[in-house]
Amino acid sequence: MTAPATQKVTREGGPRSLRSLLLSTEVDTRLLGMIAALAIIWIGFDIMSGGLFLTPRNLWNLSVQSSSIAIMATGMVLIIVSRNIDLSVGSLLGLLGYTMAMVQVMWFPSTPGTWLIALVVGIALGALIGGFQGVIIAYGRVPAFIVTLGGFLVWRGLIFEYAQGQTLGPMDSTFQLIGGGPLGSLGQWPSWAVGAAACVGIVYSLINSRRKRRGYGFPLRPVWAEVTLGVLGCLAVLGAVFVSNSYLWPDSLAHNYAVAHNIVEPAGGLQIPTGIANPVVIMIAVALVITFIATRRRFGRYVFAIGGNPDAAELGGINVRRTIVSTYVVMGVLVAISAAVQTARLNAAVTNLGVQNELDVIAAAVIGGTSFAGGVGTIPGAILGAVVMQSLRSGMVLLKVDSPVQDIVVGCVLVAAVGLDAFLRRRSGS
Amino acid sequence: MTAPEGPPLVEMRDINIAFGGVHAVENVSIDVRAGEVIGLVGGNGAGKSTLMRALSGAHPADSGQILIEGKPVTIANPREAKVFGIETIYQTLALADNVDAAANMFLGRELTTRLGSLDDGAMESATRKVMHRLNPHFRNFKVPVKSLSGGQRQGVAIARAVHFNARILIMDEPTAALGPAETAQVRDLIRQLKAEGIGIFLVSHDIHDVFDLADRISVMYHGRIVGTVQKDKVTTDEVLAMIIMGKKPGEVTTEELAQLHA
Ligand SMILES: Nc1ncnc2c1ncn2[C@@H]1O[C@H](COP(=O)(O)OP(=O)(O)O)[C@@H](O)[C@H]1O
Ligand SMILES: [Mg+2]
Repeated sequence: MTAPATQKVTREGGPRSLRSLLLSTEVDTRLLGMIAALAIIWIGFDIMSGGLFLTPRNLWNLSVQSSSIAIMATGMVLIIVSRNIDLSVGSLLGLLGYTMAMVQVMWFPSTPGTWLIALVVGIALGALIGGFQGVIIAYGRVPAFIVTLGGFLVWRGLIFEYAQGQTLGPMDSTFQLIGGGPLGSLGQWPSWAVGAAACVGIVYSLINSRRKRRGYGFPLRPVWAEVTLGVLGCLAVLGAVFVSNSYLWPDSLAHNYAVAHNIVEPAGGLQIPTGIANPVVIMIAVALVITFIATRRRFGRYVFAIGGNPDAAELGGINVRRTIVSTYVVMGVLVAISAAVQTARLNAAVTNLGVQNELDVIAAAVIGGTSFAGGVGTIPGAILGAVVMQSLRSGMVLLKVDSPVQDIVVGCVLVAAVGLDAFLRRRSGS
Repeated sequence: MTAPEGPPLVEMRDINIAFGGVHAVENVSIDVRAGEVIGLVGGNGAGKSTLMRALSGAHPADSGQILIEGKPVTIANPREAKVFGIETIYQTLALADNVDAAANMFLGRELTTRLGSLDDGAMESATRKVMHRLNPHFRNFKVPVKSLSGGQRQGVAIARAVHFNARILIMDEPTAALGPAETAQVRDLIRQLKAEGIGIFLVSHDIHDVFDLADRISVMYHGRIVGTVQKDKVTTDEVLAMIIMGKKPGEVTTEELAQLHA
């Protein structure tokens, strides 16, 4: 009689104590779930591709590909959180990429600092077009879906109008560095420096938040949880730096470098670690800035309040329309940054630049936990979402899956991920 | 209370508001003086909330005039109302469900550090102080207000209206979701605010609330004002007759008054 009863107690106690263990660390369980899913995807692809996925080269490329989507996904979070949508980002990216290419190839080809002119013009135009769409949505009261669907068609159409289907290139040599590649990366020691700074940041933010919580008299995480979090975070950062430094410059490039700098090449050629790619650096900077804006500034608070209850936000005295316009201005700027990354990487502007990017960006935000009901979403989640999306795509490319089949898989994953999330939320009653 | 000289703190004149064919407010005039509580009563759909929303900037009137201390003003949105010191507790509470009590209390008026970042610590400690006056047992400062009880949410809405030194306070059914203890607290608060010289519009379905707190009572019936009476010159039955039949104390017969209790 007693034995089964005891068994039952332990069986119930097992998962419950695991959950309470997780709860006591106060880690976002959703984020943990995404990291677990990512690990499964990576290991799965690695096994299926016979060890081709988890190589420094592939992971380094993955980091670069994810960056341009992740940069835009941070802005898409703000837009979806405030109950809007932007379907135009892919087309806008094409238009801005073309504009930046025209600055370098046609308008100011030999001006010193042409790369900077291209960037400034691209970002300004991005802000302007984003703001223009935002004004029609917020003040013209046309649904965001319609306005940005219009933008999706118009901006893409404009590219064909003024590029006549031709490819524009090459880009200015400094501009190319924005796109990554062996030259457009930090190299070994700066990468370690960035990694070290990130570790300091992680430890500082853990200590700082603990101090604040103590100040307010809130319950504190157990010390072991704080230490575990800090150690895991630092290990992840340093591991990423290690991987990026394990990706070496291609032989020919290393040879040219050795010749140019009068270095005697050892047997087997010069080994130059690539380090963190510039697009990744830009993405991290963007993520920090947008996270700061979203959580520490009035604008971010308003975006979330509007998503929670637009009427309450208006009655509370928030200028809802101006806030909405601002989210689209931010989005336009981020699209311009991504456009710079993509054109620099391709070293050209092509007419299908940014095609389908809007879908990847929206999917990244949504997989990352941003809710279409409004008021809910995080920047780190969206970045992880972008990495998940790109991992799927690049893994399937490695496995030589046809592109239509890739689309089928990505589509199914998107629906399944959001469906599973909705199911889990309903069950946990939050 | 003897009415002080000079123009009223707020006067709304000949206000009209229609929704499509529904004339929700028709030629309504109403006023409040400093330190006075006006009880605004009437049946469901009489137009009380709509009238008050015109004053709070939530839905400007189609026609009519608003005067503050005798000067005509326009109030196009809630921000402009707040500039005039008009604070409102909406019947719907108007809270952003996904953020916490402090974020709601300071919504649109966040405290910031010198560099313009949100000063969550300062906002929270201010919220703790105000909430303590209304509900000493309230502890859930760090959770989204959607997980609070109806009474606690109402407390947050009240706290928000009284924290910012209002001159004119609109309270649309402020005790609808409150228990007896909390209701008593809000009544005390209203008396205190009145003593501080704030002009208060108290919209309520509870005639006892109104008789307890109001100096004058304005009754609305199908979008019109039936009349405005001094509280101590009428009986509850006479006010009930105004609410239910739309008839002023002089117009109503004794049989009709008797019918109220039938
Ligand atoms: N936003 C609106 N749109 C359409 N009709 C409305 C709106 N707000 C109120 N009404 C109508 O106006 C009338 C008065 O409503 P309301 O002011 O809420 O009454 P009360 O607060 O006295 O119960 C009702 O007939 C109601 O249906
Ligand atoms: Mg009402």
